[in-house]
Amino acid sequence: MAEPILEVKNLDKRFGALVVSDDVTFDLQPGECHALIGPNGAGKTTLVHQISGLLAPDAGTIHFAGEDVTRLPVHARAARGLARTFQITAVVPGFTALDNTALAVQRRSGTSFRFWGNAAKEAALNEPAREALATVGLEAKAHVPAANLAHGEKRALELAIALAMQPKALLLDEPMAGVGHDEGRQLLAVLARLKAHVPMLLVEHDMHAVFSLADRISVLVYGRILASGDPEAVRADAEVRRAYLGEAA
Amino acid sequence: MSTTLLLVQLLNGLQLGIILFLIAAGLTLVFGVMGFINLAHGVQYMVGAYLTFHFYGMTGHFLAALVLAMIAALVLGLVLEWLVFRRLYDRDHLDQVLATFGIILFLNEAVKVIWGPVPLSVPTPEALSGSFFLMPGLLYPSYRIAIIAAGIAVAVLLYVLVMKTRIGMLVRAGATHPDIVAALGVDVRRLFMLVFGFGAMLAGFAGGLAAPIFALEPGMGDNLLIVAFVVIVIGGIGSIKGAFVAALLVGLVDTLGRTLATDTLRLVLDASAANQIGPALASMLIYVLMAAILWVRPQGLFRARSA
Amino acid sequence: MSRTLSTTAPPRPTWQGLRLYSPAILVFLGLALVPTFASLGAENYILGLVTRLMILAIAAISLDLLLGHGGLVSFGHAAFLGLGAYTTGILLTEGVFQAELIVLAVIALSALFALVTGAVSLRTSGVYFIMITLAFGQMLFFAASSLAAYGGDDGLTLWDRADLFGTDLLHTRQGRFYATLAVLLATFVVVNAVVDSRFGRVLRAAKENPTRVAALGFDVFRFRLAAYVLAGTICGIAGMLSALQAEFVSPAIMSWQRSGELIVMVVLGGMATRNGALLGALAFVLLEVWLADLTVHWKLIFGPLLVLVVLYAKGGLAALLRPLTAEGRHG
Ligand SMILES: Nc1ncnc2c1ncn2[C@@H]1O[C@H](COP(=O)(O)OP(=O)(O)O)[C@@H](O)[C@H]1O
Ligand SMILES: [Mg+2]
Repeated sequence: MAEPILEVKNLDKRFGALVVSDDVTFDLQPGECHALIGPNGAGKTTLVHQISGLLAPDAGTIHFAGEDVTRLPVHARAARGLARTFQITAVVPGFTALDNTALAVQRRSGTSFRFWGNAAKEAALNEPAREALATVGLEAKAHVPAANLAHGEKRALELAIALAMQPKALLLDEPMAGVGHDEGRQLLAVLARLKAHVPMLLVEHDMHAVFSLADRISVLVYGRILASGDPEAVRADAEVRRAYLGEAA
Repeated sequence: MSTTLLLVQLLNGLQLGIILFLIAAGLTLVFGVMGFINLAHGVQYMVGAYLTFHFYGMTGHFLAALVLAMIAALVLGLVLEWLVFRRLYDRDHLDQVLATFGIILFLNEAVKVIWGPVPLSVPTPEALSGSFFLMPGLLYPSYRIAIIAAGIAVAVLLYVLVMKTRIGMLVRAGATHPDIVAALGVDVRRLFMLVFGFGAMLAGFAGGLAAPIFALEPGMGDNLLIVAFVVIVIGGIGSIKGAFVAALLVGLVDTLGRTLATDTLRLVLDASAANQIGPALASMLIYVLMAAILWVRPQGLFRARSA
Repeated sequence: MSRTLSTTAPPRPTWQGLRLYSPAILVFLGLALVPTFASLGAENYILGLVTRLMILAIAAISLDLLLGHGGLVSFGHAAFLGLGAYTTGILLTEGVFQAELIVLAVIALSALFALVTGAVSLRTSGVYFIMITLAFGQMLFFAASSLAAYGGDDGLTLWDRADLFGTDLLHTRQGRFYATLAVLLATFVVVNAVVDSRFGRVLRAAKENPTRVAALGFDVFRFRLAAYVLAGTICGIAGMLSALQAEFVSPAIMSWQRSGELIVMVVLGGMATRNGALLGALAFVLLEVWLADLTVHWKLIFGPLLVLVVLYAKGGLAALLRPLTAEGRHG
């Protein structure tokens, strides 16, 4: 196998007595979609927080693009090309969908310590932003403030923002959470197209989505990786069935 | 500098620290439980001092005046809570700051109207007007000793209240998990009123205690309020223990700094320059201390609640 | 409490830009005419009052960059007024009369003070930030109060005037009036431009959702610190103008109540709006003059009024003017 883009080794994290990451080791290969599944409270979001830098692990290391990023702050990891979405939508509510996305473009195109010129009118920022919005089917809502978007549209906007960053890897924390059937299908189609461009770590409860997207699946239960392998192997794993799929499927 | 002078300054620092603690305790308690930043806490201290002056004029008895002033301060606190503060608990900090700033403007002016702008004083109570023999060559005013003792007594009382009683348990729980306390079916509004009234009473008590040693003037609480902020920022907002440790630290650093700064500077500068810079430097010392502590621990020494 | 959500579509044509700024344009036209009208009577009083008003407006506009656009409740902004005023006063006393040099010194010192205190206070947030900025402001206040050589508590009267590039432009009330007007106009234009710029966009986004902005790869701290330095520097220049105008400096210029008043101005006018801080300063000073005319104890009225505004009229004047300006800023 090639050099992994993301490599998590022996990660430990506890909240008081509660162990949320228990010696977690896994990686993300270039071009791969690695799904992370597990029951509610298993520690998936906490893991994504640690990888993105929002929480510091108690022990263990995180390497991204060949560099140890374990101690780097959130913004430094993001600036190196590690993008994420949030399980609970995190956009800038007062900004329009376009401005939210253009802000992501702004990060990678020239300095943001520019104190003059109307950023909202920069075509060089708005054009790529519009493209990202079009990719997720939001172009018609470009000028709607994010706060006024429907839930499914906000989820799509999260994705557009992540895309606009042109990341080297993408962490998706339940991108389809709470969206309706049709919107879910749309998002799934977007994710399927995305897969060709960027490796992603996909946390998702929707098993249809997971099995249609993932090249590899890891199962997290009580902060431990219970099983890891290609989708068919995981599906067949009796322990996984008992611990998780049994209740979800 | 002589050892006795140093000892006297230590005691003065301790006594300033105690008064700061009495103010900071109410402030940090109110913030800890309600997430409410009350700039008007300083004017409540001022009102306590003026009320003590007022009741002393009526009764001629300091202790009676102090008790009456505390009761009046409590009533004032409850009235303010009922009129204004309870509408601000779920507002953002900016709103709280602005509204309580309005109350400061009003109360400072009201005190000026009622008692006049000229500084007033309250005589030291008769029984404590003498000096206390600490060691040969060192006499210290009894009243200041009494302040230190009273402050320590209040600290102990607070500790027992907060750590050992049911209300104290709610207060501690409220500081870290307000939603859970509400979910337990506790009448949060009553708890808030209680804590608020208690804080107001503590501020009034501090004002009354300080009345015989500080000049009474409109706005006298404002500067102390900001020093009390320094105290609770250093101590960790919401933490009574932190407030106590930090209050003593700030009281000592401020008092000793003012005594020692000029002398220390004389070691490196010429006398006139030292006389110029010393006082300015001394007055900045506690803020520099705050900055240094925050640089190492942005949440203060004993953090109780996320701000 | 935050900016209005703009549901409007694409960038507006220029005339609409003018409409957005119509209240400010009217105010500036009015200010430009003040000296003409003042010459009809009570000239010194009116020029002095309006110059003071404009100085406070400069301070308030700079504060709004932090408070409104950055979501940073700085309660120590008046410290920069004091820093600018004292730098000016001390330099004039020590025989430096060139206004150009004084400006440079004011800018350098304000920026440095902002950089150091900002670096400490911006590591915290929420109520810590409020208290720490308040404390740093108080630190300068007491430092100035104990500067015995420069007047201490009583303040320092300035016997000399500053020369602007060797001219006596700043020697007359009129000259100082126009200089202040020019700085106010520049401040207004610069701050509004900064808010619309790439930098301003990051700052505004971080106010609403700092986690998201960090997850995009922006170091929020650096943007806030830069805003803090910029706002402090502008306010320092306002302090310099204040010293030149009053020919006097005292610690009172940086009392913590003054910091509170600056916040009140911004909120009164409407935070994070284009014209709000300017209008708020105008309204505040006029209200103060009017109330003080009614009674010396005008704070007995103003205090409760402030409480009522907070409880019941949070949008500020800008909310009243919104139909006129069609305000709403692009992200
Ligand atoms: N900041 C925190 N403090 C304490 N416990 C937390 C915190 N965040 C999450 N938890 C707990 O950690 C466990 C894992 O949470 P999470 O990572 O969100 O799970 P998942 O995303 O798999 O549903 C849960 O039991 C949750 O209650
Ligand atoms: Mg989760």
